[in-house]
Amino acid sequence: MNNSVTNTARLLWAGLRALLVLTLVTGVIYPLAVTGVAQALFNNKANGSEIKSDGKVVGSSLIGQSYNLPLKKGQETPDPDLKWFQGRPANGLGVNSINTQYKLILSGATNLSADSKVLVQQVKDAKAAVIKDNSVPGYTVKASQVPADAVTSSGSGLDPDISPAYADLQVHRIAEKNGVSVAQVQKLVDEHTDGRTLGFIGEPTVNVLELNIALKSLVTKS
Amino acid sequence: MGPVLAGVLQLIALIAALALAYVPLGNYMARVYSSDKHLRVEKWIYKGIGADPNTEMRRPAYLRGVLAFSVVGVLFLYLLQRIQGILPGSLGFSSVNPAQSFNTAVSFVTNTNWQSYYGEQTMGHVVQTAGLAVQNFVSAAVGIAVAVALVRGFARSRTGELGNFWADLVRGVIRILVPLSVVAALVLVACGAIQNFSGIHEVGQFFNGHSMGGHQQWNGGAVASQEAIKEVGTNGGGYFNANSAHPFENPTPFTNLFEIFLLLVIPFALTRTFGVMVGSIKQGYAILATMATIWVGFVALMMWTEFAHHGAALQAAGGAMEGKETRIGVGASSIFAVSTTLTSTGAVDSFHSSFTGLGGGITILGMQLGEIAPGGTGSGLYGMLIMAVIAVFIAGLMVGRTPEYLGKKIGTREMKLAACYILITPALVLIFAAASMALPTPPHSMLNSGAHGFSEVLYAFTSAANNNGSAFAGLNANTDWFNTMTGLAMVLGRFLPMVFVLALAGSLAEQKPVPVTAGTLRTEKPLFTGLLVGAILIITGLTYFPALALGPLAEGLAS
Repeated sequence: MNNSVTNTARLLWAGLRALLVLTLVTGVIYPLAVTGVAQALFNNKANGSEIKSDGKVVGSSLIGQSYNLPLKKGQETPDPDLKWFQGRPANGLGVNSINTQYKLILSGATNLSADSKVLVQQVKDAKAAVIKDNSVPGYTVKASQVPADAVTSSGSGLDPDISPAYADLQVHRIAEKNGVSVAQVQKLVDEHTDGRTLGFIGEPTVNVLELNIALKSLVTKS
Repeated sequence: MGPVLAGVLQLIALIAALALAYVPLGNYMARVYSSDKHLRVEKWIYKGIGADPNTEMRRPAYLRGVLAFSVVGVLFLYLLQRIQGILPGSLGFSSVNPAQSFNTAVSFVTNTNWQSYYGEQTMGHVVQTAGLAVQNFVSAAVGIAVAVALVRGFARSRTGELGNFWADLVRGVIRILVPLSVVAALVLVACGAIQNFSGIHEVGQFFNGHSMGGHQQWNGGAVASQEAIKEVGTNGGGYFNANSAHPFENPTPFTNLFEIFLLLVIPFALTRTFGVMVGSIKQGYAILATMATIWVGFVALMMWTEFAHHGAALQAAGGAMEGKETRIGVGASSIFAVSTTLTSTGAVDSFHSSFTGLGGGITILGMQLGEIAPGGTGSGLYGMLIMAVIAVFIAGLMVGRTPEYLGKKIGTREMKLAACYILITPALVLIFAAASMALPTPPHSMLNSGAHGFSEVLYAFTSAANNNGSAFAGLNANTDWFNTMTGLAMVLGRFLPMVFVLALAGSLAEQKPVPVTAGTLRTEKPLFTGLLVGAILIITGLTYFPALALGPLAEGLAS
């Protein structure tokens, strides 16, 4: 009995030492070395691909932002600021419930099922809003024109991109709200449309933050 | 080019990349586990452990090593989370509560990476890098070590010696996982994954002095280094709650395909390692062909159902984009979802709960097959070899001959061990899921109602017992019941199978080889691959069919 206790203790001691040594290698040296090289070679990317506008950091090109009007009294969810290109719905985003000294955004999806009544309602409401918001005098959006990404929440809730179809759909509204020509806005969208990587990897996208920065400078100039 | 064609081309590119890596990586891993030379750094490590890497271990000693190392791993990771509140470099985050710490510790040590916590609000830099990421490395190395021990059981005769656990563990980490992860992490950073130790940022955009209403907040972190091993080691625990859907973990369409490659490359290449070590590369090809057939078949089914987007909400939206990222799209998300559930990874680039009913069912069935096509690092190979033993046995019954595999007799003892192995996970999944549904409170955790609500619970225990870690994430798993029961499912689902695998390995290694005769079943031929695919689908398919019929099949067929 005593013997087996000693043996077990010896074995656990060896296990602990193995863990500590491997923690040093994979939990200290490895992340620090990768960080060192990453910071030296890919400084901007390692720090979040931040982009500046007018000398100020305005965000990460990889993280989607919302463009909303200030909350009115009694409102719980703000209205979208239709002057700017709008990203995808993000109904899965949460706020932190612990470590509340920070105001953290929790990434995530809705996780609602494909046959969920709640999700059906979200999609229908979003579609009605997209049609209403983007139909301006002389340009009426048809339900069949609205792409799926415009009415569904992304996986991360932070999707920085929209599909080119959704960007095109917003062009007339953006032109009207900002008093610029449709052709100018369409040109911006075309310039900010990225095709698939190497022609077949992923899907075509338009980065909303970059597009809005370009729009801002267009509006400021005109 | 349409999205369907783009999806198919991405699949082809992925297969080509895996094919290119297959021979060099498989041969290299065979050398790693066969060589009797030690690198200098390894000698230092052995000195630190106080172990002699040249001692051969028989089955009991090897198993004791695996268990002791894992017990210590659970305790260490548990304590690290419990003292996070006083650890420097942790963003001032508080300690994690006991039930969740237990669940998370078990989860990462068992290579599951089930997460009942939100990464960005719970885990600071120290726990992420020195706790969670370390287990990503070592749990993967333990899995490969056990697989290699089983391969040695087939390759060796009249000995019972299975190698040295400490040497296998250290070599797996130092010679395979670290080098691959360093390269992978730098590729990911070059594409935009973050790698820093900064705090929480808040930035916003302004127009004429007024906020445009948009602002962003994000945590810094050593994300790329963790992302790399998370895929390479088929772990799957995300730095952020959104896992590989989060742009900082998976910034571009290319990184998405690259991450799928990373999580598949070791499990597939291990079949080459197996072939080399048992002295017949063709035997490795037969196992590879079995894995590849199931994987490609599942990807095709998934793409078909996701592009068809049945389900009221997806029909209303005009596409299955709920829970999917724009840059990745439906095609690549389908490949990722199948690959992550047919391995033990459980990372997600899109949220399975919002897939079509049948698509969700494919992810569940993928895990229920035992994650063997190609499976987790190591666990995929040993799981598949157990199925091969069973297929050989079935073939033996048909012709009335004592079954043999790789020159070893599959007798009563071997069959008992293999049968125990394949019974454990279904028992855990079905009993725990049934108990959760029967008790009054656990069903309150379900987000969705009806068939999908049941699928959430079935998914949770399927994922835990098979050490996958992905979820139908609407389920609120941060309750005492789910933290405890999924924790138990993970422990039992990881270590009981290992007990039987090592027992089988020891038993095989003691045998003397049986010569090949005209009556021997040729296990390197396509006929055997067909038999094996059939055995896998029938055995697991029938086990889980009633449960699947209540959940994903009911949902899928109703839409």
